[in-house]
Amino acid sequence: MWKFVHKLASPPHFYHIAANLISWFAMPGLLLIGYGTYAGLFVAPPDYQQGDAFRIIYVHVPAAYLSMMAYMAMAISAGIGLIWRIKLAHAVAAAVAPLGAWFTFLALATGSIWGRPMWGTWWEWGDPRLTSELVLLFLYFGYMALRNAIDSTSKADRASAVLALVGAVNVPIIHFSVEWWSSLHQGPTLVRQGGPAMDTAMLYPLLAMILGFTFIFGALLLRRVRAEVLYRERRKRWVRDLILSGKGKR
Amino acid sequence: MTPRRQRMLAVGLALGGIAIAAVLTLRALDDNMMFFIDVSDVVAGEYPADRNFRVGGLVVDGSVEREPGSLELRFRVTDLRCELPVRYTGVLPDLFREGQGVVAHGRMAGEGEFVADTILAKHDENYMAPEVAESLAEHVTEQTAGLRQGSGECNPQ
Amino acid sequence: MGPYGFYVWSCFALTAIVLVICEWRARIRHRHVYRDIEVRVKALGDTE
Repeated sequence: MWKFVHKLASPPHFYHIAANLISWFAMPGLLLIGYGTYAGLFVAPPDYQQGDAFRIIYVHVPAAYLSMMAYMAMAISAGIGLIWRIKLAHAVAAAVAPLGAWFTFLALATGSIWGRPMWGTWWEWGDPRLTSELVLLFLYFGYMALRNAIDSTSKADRASAVLALVGAVNVPIIHFSVEWWSSLHQGPTLVRQGGPAMDTAMLYPLLAMILGFTFIFGALLLRRVRAEVLYRERRKRWVRDLILSGKGKR
Repeated sequence: MTPRRQRMLAVGLALGGIAIAAVLTLRALDDNMMFFIDVSDVVAGEYPADRNFRVGGLVVDGSVEREPGSLELRFRVTDLRCELPVRYTGVLPDLFREGQGVVAHGRMAGEGEFVADTILAKHDENYMAPEVAESLAEHVTEQTAGLRQGSGECNPQ
Repeated sequence: MGPYGFYVWSCFALTAIVLVICEWRARIRHRHVYRDIEVRVKALGDTE
């Protein structure tokens, strides 16, 4: 087990293994999203309160879930990189940030488009759920800006890792914001005592979407980490050999 | 202690410190973090007198009165303990209906009436088909039957 | 989709666009990194 982990954590091995892994993530991801989109839009019944507007949940919840999971992945990788000095871990953290920012943007945008017809507003300043999710977006931006500002990769790794770890406090705040404070946003539907508060005909497409988005996120992340590893190892012999052999272009 | 252990300890201590600081800050900010004020607190006079604020609650069944020929309406909101009369003129969100959660933005006028300039609708975390909701409706009616007896005063449960 | 069609479809469309952008940006990044190294390695190779 540890031998395998060590092997995977070595940049050249990761670079090759990841190339094959991408399609193993992308394929099931696309299938699940295909099913989830079809079933969510055309099979699931309309909601008793929100009618068809509730179908936005099929993109909003996976995006919001991944915006937080991505941050946790970034913070944990950064922590591992900081403590065990594993280069690949820092590369993963650096590769997560732009993806996390896009998913956070998607969660905010779809939430806003959902809020207009249902709540009666695109955005409400001061709402704890909305505000903490916006803070998440700024944390991603801050992380990327900090990396850009520091020329030395190893210094950038360490400084940004500290920021990633500090910012991790925001993730539980996002999740519990609707329970700790009053908010326009309703409480959790899936992660709650007594199980999900949702008809199964609505629930299964949603679970498929969440799983599918997670797979797609994995595929996107692998692709980004490969580029990051290649850049970080640009002066290494294995990269030189790889380029001269003409392989590894994909 | 190995350098790795030292780093682990440093990261752990830093995280713990940040978590504690965050909890303390959030506790101190607690009242300011509230997006809206409960009806009971407003009825008890615990609201900012000099500025607009938001009050949140359920629209009392049968309390909505529309002014014929205008967009003005009056209704009462409740947090199941107290009730507050609200006056509003304008367009309502699609989800606004009796028994629904709403957040009203505005200020207290005289005679204990809240004059709203914005009404937002809340929905709950339950998702179900209309047919399922109908079969549950009887049960829900029983639950909220007490709300109709409210008279604008507080009746703690 | 009734009166909410516009909201629902724009959310799904936006999601598709963002996913495509993520994939496209990742590919571009990889291609750029690869090409930069290729140029340098080939240049060094010539002088050796």
